[in-house]
Amino acid sequence: MVSPTSERLLTYADGALVLSHRLSEWMSNAPTMEEDIALGNIALDLLGQARGLLQTLGDEDQLAYFREAHEFRNPLLCELPNGDFAVTMMRQLFADAWFAEVWPALLADDSVSADVRGVAEKAVKENAYHWRHSSAWVVRLGDGTEESHRRTQEALDALWPYRGEIASDAWYAKVEPALAEATLTTPARDAWTQRSSADGWHTEHLGYLLAEMQSLARAHPGATW
Amino acid sequence: MVTATARRAWDVLETVPDPEIPVLSVVDLGIVRAVEEYDGGRGVTVTLTPTYSGCPATEVIARDVRTALEASYDEVEVRTQLSPAWTTEWMTDAGREKLRGYGIAPPAGRTTLPLIDVSGAPAACPRCGSDAVEELAGFGSTPCKALWRCTTCREPFDYFKTH
Repeated sequence: MVSPTSERLLTYADGALVLSHRLSEWMSNAPTMEEDIALGNIALDLLGQARGLLQTLGDEDQLAYFREAHEFRNPLLCELPNGDFAVTMMRQLFADAWFAEVWPALLADDSVSADVRGVAEKAVKENAYHWRHSSAWVVRLGDGTEESHRRTQEALDALWPYRGEIASDAWYAKVEPALAEATLTTPARDAWTQRSSADGWHTEHLGYLLAEMQSLARAHPGATW
Repeated sequence: MVTATARRAWDVLETVPDPEIPVLSVVDLGIVRAVEEYDGGRGVTVTLTPTYSGCPATEVIARDVRTALEASYDEVEVRTQLSPAWTTEWMTDAGREKLRGYGIAPPAGRTTLPLIDVSGAPAACPRCGSDAVEELAGFGSTPCKALWRCTTCREPFDYFKTH
């Protein structure tokens, strides 16, 4: 039987892993060279965080490459397609605000192992740089041109129903001021939200993501560099 | 802790460069947490702490450390310790000077957990010394760096972020 702590760590690890893969899809396609590099760096941080946690839960390759979609525990938000740049940055804002709670909570939890603690100590700082980036972009896009405002509002409205698995009072307190500064209209806290992924339900998008992410390891099991 | 008996190992580690920033040794970087000889100096155990969660250099560094020490010891064990996590506070003063000489502005400010000030700025342009600098991008060519520009000499430069 999986302990509640392991379930929780798997949710964080899968969230970081799946979001990392999504961000990596921007490589060589981002709007500017600097943004290509930024998204690559953030993806790399998330991948490292995911690996650090997965290594405490079992064989990291087995967990990342040989589980099926229904065995993944990432919040649905993390697997949603990149969409346009506004969608990617809004999704990142939501996720960064989630991780901004996840890592300090692990640091405050005496029951976690020293290795989990080490991952969280590092991730707290990496997350602070990620939030700085995503919140700056959401404000710039929301409070930008007519088109960037429209697209960012559309991104917010489209992603809001996926906040249910990650939102808390602290999450709203972090996200809402950024959205206000971006001159966006924030939907209600009690608006409808998606069901939990904790029982193995996912959007149709995760299967396609995993098909790409896992194909090499499954074609060549046990392969090494 | 540096003990007289492990001096030989530390001397070797001083020669192992960071693969991404070869002007820094792993000792300058501050990632060597412990060095212990055993069996009267026949073997040595080195404990390293990774710099960043996903830094690709981490595995290369562990391999380079092992290879370098194998020339001086019959047995080498390289261990990884995640907590306490590495911070730029652990970089030596010599390391900071080497960075500056290499054209990378060293980390400015102090880091504290759980909060971190991510608005840190390099103290001066590493090329001309002017303090008139501005950020071009918050992320750079490696996880440790951001891209900045000097508005006096007009040169772009890397800034080793506070972490």
